[in-house]
Amino acid sequence: MRREGSPWRGLSVVYFRELFDHLTSVRMLVLEFLVVLFGGAVVYFSAEQVRNTTAEDPWLFAPPGQTLLSFMVVLSILVPIMAIGLGFDSINGEYNRRTMSRILAQPIYRDALLLGKFLAGLSTITISLITLWLLVMGFGLLRLGIPPSAEEMGRLVVFLMVTIAYAGVWLALAMLFSIVFRSTATAALVSLGLWLFLSLLWPALAQLFGEVISPSDIRFAMLGLPTPDTLAWQQGLARLSPGTLYGEAVVAMLNPDSQSLSTLLAQFQGRIAAPLPLDQSILQAWPQIVSLVAGMILLYVVGYVVFQRQEVRA
Amino acid sequence: MSDVVIETHDLTKRYGGNVAVDAVSFTVGRGEIFGLLGPNGAGKTTTILMMLGLTDVTSGSVSVLGHNPAREPLEVKRVVGYLPDTVGFYDHMTARDNLNYTAALIGIPSAERDQRIASAVDRVGLDAVQYQQVGTFSRGMRQRLGLAEILMKQAAIAILDEPTSGLDPQATAELLEMIRTLKRDGVAVLISSHLLERVQSVCDRVALFNAGRIALIGSVPQLASQVLGGGYHVEVEAEGGNLAATLLAVPGVKAVEAVGPGRFRLLAEGDVRPQAAAAVVNAGGQLRRLSFEEPSLDAIYNRYFQSQAEVQHAA
Repeated sequence: MRREGSPWRGLSVVYFRELFDHLTSVRMLVLEFLVVLFGGAVVYFSAEQVRNTTAEDPWLFAPPGQTLLSFMVVLSILVPIMAIGLGFDSINGEYNRRTMSRILAQPIYRDALLLGKFLAGLSTITISLITLWLLVMGFGLLRLGIPPSAEEMGRLVVFLMVTIAYAGVWLALAMLFSIVFRSTATAALVSLGLWLFLSLLWPALAQLFGEVISPSDIRFAMLGLPTPDTLAWQQGLARLSPGTLYGEAVVAMLNPDSQSLSTLLAQFQGRIAAPLPLDQSILQAWPQIVSLVAGMILLYVVGYVVFQRQEVRA
Repeated sequence: MSDVVIETHDLTKRYGGNVAVDAVSFTVGRGEIFGLLGPNGAGKTTTILMMLGLTDVTSGSVSVLGHNPAREPLEVKRVVGYLPDTVGFYDHMTARDNLNYTAALIGIPSAERDQRIASAVDRVGLDAVQYQQVGTFSRGMRQRLGLAEILMKQAAIAILDEPTSGLDPQATAELLEMIRTLKRDGVAVLISSHLLERVQSVCDRVALFNAGRIALIGSVPQLASQVLGGGYHVEVEAEGGNLAATLLAVPGVKAVEAVGPGRFRLLAEGDVRPQAAAAVVNAGGQLRRLSFEEPSLDAIYNRYFQSQAEVQHAA
């Protein structure tokens, strides 16, 4: 049955209220505290590292060699926590406060409520990430005394956008669970549990499953090479985790001479390792970026469908 | 009560195999207070949600001011104010901010917003606490704030789901009085409640729900004469002589029941208090008390379902 009236009606009202709510909440204060804490720590360790080695590409965000705490590692942990923290009670919280039926009795569609909440959450994370990004850059400038080049800036901007998409995936996931589970504690626990599983356990399991599905060929093994089929399966499975996709995209963007994505190519074609220009790096990270955005949209759509079919009665 | 604002026809809602609302038909007129009464789980809230387009209709039809809630939910929700069962607000926001948010969702122009909120808050008596956080509000205050939201919306229809449940007697009386003022403004009010006695005084007409169906519909006196038969009960407390026979001889009295020593309950066709008093005095009895029993909805409800159960047993 076709419904009349615009689904966008009330979107901006919901968006600005939710954004205001997020920005003034205690939760946001904690997140900001984490941002400053981690920002400071990252700059300190990275700058020490860079000072000890050289001050060339790729500047501060992925310093060469091993660092105790790289910006990328920090973000891959901090971003899911922020997103889950903002999203885990967005829908079931309304039911628990018994505001849902009252709000939905106003002349708006559920679309506006859900999208407004999602966009407000994403904007909140974006604000935090930009803050963190600028903090790190500012501290880095002060500490290193070398400004990044234009190409490096380009890389850093793309990196920021990839991070926002990564945050969107986790936010959409947390909101999906907040729709499915009526208890906020359950939603938070399931989101965090899934995050731990995907980031800690899944990479190892992907190796295992890849081996099971397509066992290594002895001929490759004798040469000390991975079997192409096995490797393809392992990589494909590992990429089900948004963390893996994010890591690969970031490595491609920040380590222009990385070969991690093209291990196979490099090995078979004997590619000479050389730094890639910016547009080639983007091209290399493109599948990962698209996958992250697609994952975010997919999770949002699943949540949307479930929410539309849900009974409003608490 | 001329023009109809809500009309349902064979409205039905099924959840899987369960029938929550079964072929419900009724109409509500402009400026009428209509009660949907019945026990919990009888399908009252589901009926309301279907009227608001918040849940799908399985079959049948519902029309709110000529709009179909399933097709034009925004049009319906623009003219209908809804006070849900145990209404919730954002506790960390002030009463005023909560109303501001709903006003923005409704789409009240910002120029009018302040004035409309102020007058609504004033009418429900919350003007002194409007800048306090709703978290500090009692249940009665929340219900009144919900009513303020409906006033601010200038709704043509107010749907109140269990507005009095969990309120103390004074808060209930205040709320019912506010509901009467809504009626004076020409707002059609639909009240759902399981507390029959409490809301019967404000309702023009009621529909008694049971297991998803409307068992009885009409005004309280109509239902009383339909179910209790004859309708009027007069209680007499007097002493001396054979009063039962004397009272039975009073014209209009159909039956006399001795409910205690010197206490009689008369079933009559009308208000027979003057005649009964005269009869007692003429027979040399001492009249202690004479009272007229309003037909209560509880009695009607219980009697009706008792007789239904007896019919089922017999069958």
